[in-house]
Amino acid sequence: MKQRQVYLDYAAVTPTDPQVLEVIVDVEQRGLGNPSSMHAKGKVARDIVEASRKTVADALVAHADEIIFTGSGTESDNLAIQGVARVHKTHGCHIVSCATEHPAVLETLRHLQERLGFEITLLEVDGNGKVSADQVKDAIREDTILVSVMYANNEIGTIHPIADIGRVIDKYRKQNKTIYPLFHSDACQALGALDVNVEKLHVDLLTINSSKIYGPKGVGALFVRRGVKIAPIQFGGLQERRLRPGTENVSGIAGFAKAVELAGQCQKKEVRRLTRLRDYFIKQVQTKIPNTRLNGHKSERLPNNINISFLGVEGEALLLYLDAQGIFASSGSACTSEKLDPSHVIMALGVPHMVAHGSIRFTLGRFTKKKDLKYVLEVLPPIVKRLRSMSPIKVNES
Amino acid sequence: MTDLEQDNFQPWFYSEIVREHFFHPQNFLDHDLELDKYNAMGRAGSPACGDELRVWLWVDENDERIKKFYWRTFGCASAIAATSMTSVIVLEGEGMTLAEARAITPQQIMESLGGLPTRKIHCSVLSDKALRDAVNDYYRRTKQFDKIEPEATRIVDPIARVTDKDIEEAILSGAKSVEEVAQKTGVRLNDPRVGQEAAQLVKFYLEKYQG
Repeated sequence: MKQRQVYLDYAAVTPTDPQVLEVIVDVEQRGLGNPSSMHAKGKVARDIVEASRKTVADALVAHADEIIFTGSGTESDNLAIQGVARVHKTHGCHIVSCATEHPAVLETLRHLQERLGFEITLLEVDGNGKVSADQVKDAIREDTILVSVMYANNEIGTIHPIADIGRVIDKYRKQNKTIYPLFHSDACQALGALDVNVEKLHVDLLTINSSKIYGPKGVGALFVRRGVKIAPIQFGGLQERRLRPGTENVSGIAGFAKAVELAGQCQKKEVRRLTRLRDYFIKQVQTKIPNTRLNGHKSERLPNNINISFLGVEGEALLLYLDAQGIFASSGSACTSEKLDPSHVIMALGVPHMVAHGSIRFTLGRFTKKKDLKYVLEVLPPIVKRLRSMSPIKVNES
Repeated sequence: MTDLEQDNFQPWFYSEIVREHFFHPQNFLDHDLELDKYNAMGRAGSPACGDELRVWLWVDENDERIKKFYWRTFGCASAIAATSMTSVIVLEGEGMTLAEARAITPQQIMESLGGLPTRKIHCSVLSDKALRDAVNDYYRRTKQFDKIEPEATRIVDPIARVTDKDIEEAILSGAKSVEEVAQKTGVRLNDPRVGQEAAQLVKFYLEKYQG
């Protein structure tokens, strides 16, 4: 008999939706040309890209010309941050961001700081992983050109008050009669789960990504508000208003648009369903297993995110025992990271090393059923118990 | 979902031997050990990543061969497998002599496991160290002080030239916090990497000597 498989790593990558797959295959099979070509096959390819652009723009309540297709969320973050830095460095070299950002943002900022002399302020988060609009307000200086704060954290699911931060920035700009600072948010985890209306969020730049919403891998987009100037970070042809040269990934872009459309259709229902499943799972784990810790905010978190530390257990070992039972999750343990550093997100919560070491992230999604979670809840407690019995570190029984 | 083992793609990160020892660890201590069931104890830790290992040996005092080897470890799959494998190597046949046990190297353990990912070698093979610590402990308990061999040191702060040994000694001479250790050793806490490692070492040694 084939082993039961429960995929709970949707925040890492979502499986491609069958309807999206159909669109991709259909576009590929049409044997279209290069969207830049002056013939029928090129024109149809161009139309597909532009129709997709419109679909994505609509989801953000933006104009089509404000959407730049890229190759990934990481690329969008790079384009946003480096793109702003290159144009606006004449005004100032200070950027405000947050300690728990995705590496796509943190490493880009580090590059600007170490190689190009920018000054970076990384805001600390509270015990739930949140920054406040007041913190942002206090960090803004005259030479601040950009604020970049993610919408929702990929590891612990905590939602930052992006609309509040946006309003604070707007107010600062009005009071000081300046266009600075610009405001970027990485919304890769938020798309499909939270309201991504760019007007309500008051963002100038917004990163989104296809592979987190059941679309194909290797496609992302960056919203760039009309009037906001950024510079390209790679050079070539005229595609994507010169901001992202290179032949368009037509079928990927069409698949992304289909994924955006599907996500919009089921968002409300899906958020309710996932929130219920999430809270059920957290409560069950806390009832069945002693000495656990929920990482991230209890309610202001993504509907599909569960991040729990099993104190006294090392995350990779737990992950692989689950893997052997067909359960696929992820961990913030140092042992699972390439650099052998514990999760910077969990460490930023101001908790002991052991919390990061024993953290497991379960992220739910469109194909997660309650019976899948019941299976995990059956398998998990004895595994934790066994690994704790093998450990010399004793956790207080409380 | 499709079968993950098709087309010769490997769904498992480590060797088959690691898998066997990880899922079926040998000689780990799943109960509390009576004091008369062991006569040497050793520990090792990798404060940088939080791994920790303890071993308990029963050494036959007549021929000084290791007859029992119990362990507990807090660590990843390769740490668990490496410790399990070490216990098997040590107990094979009539049990290793203390001199033989001391000579076990991380490379030897790694080879017995069918190899480990490079980045895992440094942190997950701690069992040789814990074993040497236990051998020293045996000599200490049997008052053969001349046979104790202290472990080599490692530099924690390359600029202030502070080693793990310095930190251990600071704790032994009464320091009770990272700040007190910094005062005694000069380790630079304002360097985040150094500070973090120093803090972990302080915690480790405080537990070792006072906990």
